[in-house]
Formats: sequence, C-alpha cells, structure tokens
Amino acid sequence: MQHSARRRVLPGFGLTMGLSWLYLGLIVLLPLSGLFLKTFTLSWDQFWDTVASPRVLAAYRLSFGTALVAALVNVVFGLLVAWVLVRYRFPGKALVDALVDLPFALPTAVAGLTLTTLYSHNGWYGQYLEALGVKVAFTPLGIIVALTFIGLPFVVRTVQPVLEEIDADVEEAAATLGASPWRTFTHVLLPGVLPALLSGFTLAFARAIGEYGSVVFISGNMPMRTEIAPLLIITRLEQYDYAGATAIAGVMLAVSFALLLAANLIQRWTNRRLEARTG
Amino acid sequence: MKPHSPHKLTAALFCLLLSAVPALEGCSKPGAGQGEPITLLNVSYDPTRELYTDVNAAFAKQWEAKHGTKLVIKQSHGGSGKQARAVIDGLDADVVTLALAYDVDMIHDKGQLIPEGWQSRLPNNSSPYTSTIVFVVRKGNPKGIRDWEDLLRPGVAVITPNPKTSGGARWNYLAAWGYALRKNNGDEAKAQEFVSNLFKNVPVLDSGARGATTTFAERGIGDVLIGWENEALLLTDEVGKDKFEIIIPSVSILAEPPVALVDRNVDRKGTRAAAEAYLQFLYSEEGQELAAKHHFRPRAQAAAAKYASHFPTVSLFTIDEVFGGWKQAQKKHFDDGGAFDRLYVPKAQ
Repeated sequence: MQHSARRRVLPGFGLTMGLSWLYLGLIVLLPLSGLFLKTFTLSWDQFWDTVASPRVLAAYRLSFGTALVAALVNVVFGLLVAWVLVRYRFPGKALVDALVDLPFALPTAVAGLTLTTLYSHNGWYGQYLEALGVKVAFTPLGIIVALTFIGLPFVVRTVQPVLEEIDADVEEAAATLGASPWRTFTHVLLPGVLPALLSGFTLAFARAIGEYGSVVFISGNMPMRTEIAPLLIITRLEQYDYAGATAIAGVMLAVSFALLLAANLIQRWTNRRLEARTG
Repeated sequence: MKPHSPHKLTAALFCLLLSAVPALEGCSKPGAGQGEPITLLNVSYDPTRELYTDVNAAFAKQWEAKHGTKLVIKQSHGGSGKQARAVIDGLDADVVTLALAYDVDMIHDKGQLIPEGWQSRLPNNSSPYTSTIVFVVRKGNPKGIRDWEDLLRPGVAVITPNPKTSGGARWNYLAAWGYALRKNNGDEAKAQEFVSNLFKNVPVLDSGARGATTTFAERGIGDVLIGWENEALLLTDEVGKDKFEIIIPSVSILAEPPVALVDRNVDRKGTRAAAEAYLQFLYSEEGQELAAKHHFRPRAQAAAAKYASHFPTVSLFTIDEVFGGWKQAQKKHFDDGGAFDRLYVPKAQ
C-alpha cells in the first residue's frame, strides 16, 4: 500500500518538516528577503552604479580571491592536521585537538588584533618576514592569513570523522601490496575523504567571504588595494545608505549562493560516483 | 502521532517566541514609578567612556539629593555612526552624545526621533565641550613635524583612520582641507591636491580612531598620528609621556561633539525631566570641570581659564564657516563619489 510504503522508522515527519521550514523561514529566509526588499528601493541605474563601481569590483575580487586562496590552504593543511589527529597517538593530542577549535571561539576582532600584532613589521613573525622582503600585515597576504585562521576548523572538523571511518588497515594493505605512499594517498585515502574535504572547503570559503572582524585590522583598508567587500558595506552604512549597503551585500549573497550550490552539487556527484565504485 | 500535537507544539513555540520579546526589551521598561529608580541611557561614541563614568556619578548624586529618587545612568559606546544607527533602529537612548552633528541629523532624518533644529536647543551648537585636531609624534619629533605642510613631505608616514568608516577621521580630513583652503586663499583645487598628497603618505587606513591609535602607538607604524586632542592627551598622559609628543598645528578645526535629547524616547519612557537636566548638567560648572579633566576643551570661561595651560591656543575654524555645516561636508567629501573617493579611485577611463 502507498501509505505503508511511506512509513518511516521515526514518526512525525510532517511535524518536523513543518518546524524546519518555520525555523529556516524565521531565521534565514525572512531576514534575507528583508535585505533584498531594501535593495529594491534603488532604481536599476542606482543599483548598477553601486555594485559595479571600480572600487566595489576591486573589493569583490579581493574578498572572493583571498577567501578562495585561504580555503585552498586550509584544505591542504586541514587534511594534514585531521590525518595526524586520527592516525597517530602522541602526547598533547588533546591539546592539539582543542587548539583546532580556538578560531571558532575567539571573537574575530581579537583574532584580527592578535594577527596584526604578530605580522606587523615589528611583530614576532613580521620582523623576520619583512627582513626577507615579505610584507604580510596591510597587504592582501595579511587578509589571506586572517581568513586561513578563521577557516581552519571547518576542514579539520568535517574531515576528521570520515578519516576515522576509513580503517588504517586499508592504507596498510595498500602499502603491503606495493603501492607508493603517494599512490596510497591518491587512490585509497583521497577518494574516501574527498566529499568531506569538499564540504570543509565550502564551509571555510563561505565563512571567509563574509568575514569582517578579523580582517579589518590586518588589511589596512586601502581603497582599491586592501578593501574587502564587507568593509564597503560598512562604509555605506556610515553614510546611512541602507539600500546601497544591501545592494553590495545582495550581490555577495547571490555569488556566494551560486558558489555554494555548485560546491554542493560537485560534492553530491563525487559521493554518488564513490558509492557506485565501492557499493 | 495525534493530529493535535503539532498545533500544541507550534503554539508552545510561539509562546516561547513572544515571551522572549519582553525579555529582549527588558531595559526599556517604563520604570518611572513612585520611588522606583529612573534609568537613563546615554548612547555615546568611543572616547567618552571615562568622561561619562564621572559625569554620571556626579549627576546621579546631585539628582538624588534634589529629588530623593535614585537615578541610574547607563552608557553605551561605539563608533559614532554605528551608535546613531542603533538609535534609529530602536536602541532606547534618552540622550545621544556623539562625535558629529551629522549623526544626530540622521537620527532626525531617518528615525524622526529628534525634531528639526535640535542643534539650537542647547547653547553653543549643543556642544558643551569641544576639542580640536592635533598631531602626535614620537619623542624628540625625529621628523621635525611642526605643521600640516610637514605631513606631505616624502618619507613621512601619516596615520589617520578611514573617513568613510570613522567620524573622527572626518574631522581630521576636514581640518587638513580647511588649512589648505586658508593657505591658498580658498582655492578648492589646491585644497584637493593638498589633501590628496597628504593621503598618499597614509600607509594604513584603520576603520576607527582607536584602531589608528593602536597602529601608531602599539605597532610603531608611522611618524605622525592625526587625531583629536583629548585622545592625544590621553595617549601621552597615560601611555607614554616619554614616548610621544603632541604637536599643535598653526590652524585646525574646532571639533564640536554634540549632545541631544531623544524626544520620542524620553516622552515614551517619561524620562524627559531627568534627561534634560542631565544634558544641562554638562554645561554647569561641575560638568565643565569634568570635561576639562578628561581633556575636552570646556566652553565655560571659569573652567577654560583654570585649565588654560592644558589647552594651547590654536587658530580654529568651524565646520559651519568653512564647509557650510555637516550635511554639506558629508555630501561633498565623504559620500560615495565624493572628494575623498576621488583621492583613490583611478580617473574614469
């Protein structure tokens, strides 16, 4: 019968689904539609002048570009950290595990101030880096540093449980069968964690695009060079130009949404391919 | 599951949501009943925290002695523009004490919480104390900075926050512009060039005045910090007399941070009398004395004379004289596409 076919193990699908919609509606959809409604008070020309001015375009490029680089750095090092945490026992492991979450817990402004202190020309790292001719604070590189900092937990925490699922035996078996470490990594480990890695990347990237607090201190906020898009939203608000602010925000939101959607689709596709291969 | 439970649950959820609302607005309870303490909220900008801690204690004491009721004054600090937007969006301020009149104007324009002409309701443009824009240099003044001209010299790094995000920075910028106008007999093009060259020497644009101070003082970046005199005095007095020196330029701007009653809020809360008295207190002998102690220039002769050694004389111009008021200055210089943006955005292709 149709009815019994739709029966689930847990009761209350209608209720939970309804509540989920209500919750998402109140917390996500309503505020976001408020944002777009505000944008609609602009004429098309005004909107276009706002979102396509050279300064705003430079900020978009910077925000999305640095967020992308930071997320990619986190994919590499996040995977490494997760792998070390899962595969090895070592003294201080609990400490390292807790450290990973620190960027989540720290108020972003504190993170920004601390990073700027470290990387400015007389800071702990900065004085040596600058001697080597690498300027970090008040350059796009500094923005990447801040975004890498706040994005790290996403990759580690999404990859970690998946790695735990993959038995170390599999890696060892591959090795005993004569696979090189690189081959073991690309053919055994990577396919298993790829979906999780992608979702970690997506989360880190999404978070970095909108990040404000930790970046304003280290970026130096120089127009056309180190001005992130969220800062331009703040400058609009300082002019009480709410509509202009929401216009810039709306474009960021649309681009972010498209990118997230694409990343999700790729993730699902990898998942399916993987299931087809293993199952 | 029974068909009733979803409704019950939804109802429960709504009750929860509704009951959360008064909790959120807990501070806005109209609490002016018999013997109950009156609560005032002063929404201010960043560098006035210490000043108002003292003012509030002194005024509450005076009020209690006179009326027999307790008075609690809360303070809220942040960037001036951000604070004004919070009031427009519903923060229950009884009075605002901000960095520039433009922000109060917007509380009138966008929020309709304050009537037109608010600035003439209190003496001296509704600014009980003033300040001016000065330079802070490193001890011994290694770059020999004496006046605005020196900030344009090659190799001099100037620290000032971003006028787009900081009210304080707008005073800095206008002070430089006003100086250049006076120097060049009102030639606007020359003033634009002057300010443009000045900003070429700015390596970092912090988003707020305190951030710029940190950049200069803590990180050791830059040769000169442009900022409010009260902030400069605070820095040299409390952080390092042996590290920094204050340089007073030959010409600067009279910074008038305004105070205003938020009419709509005080009438709703029934706190008008207390809030009005609070603002008047700032003009009293005691209030002026406190302002001077916290490095703001007092308006009253007595306090000004007493602290004369503290505040060297500068040739000061006002924003009304040179720029025709804040609204015009904002539009011409700081709104998008204004003079400040043109310093940075490459000429249209």
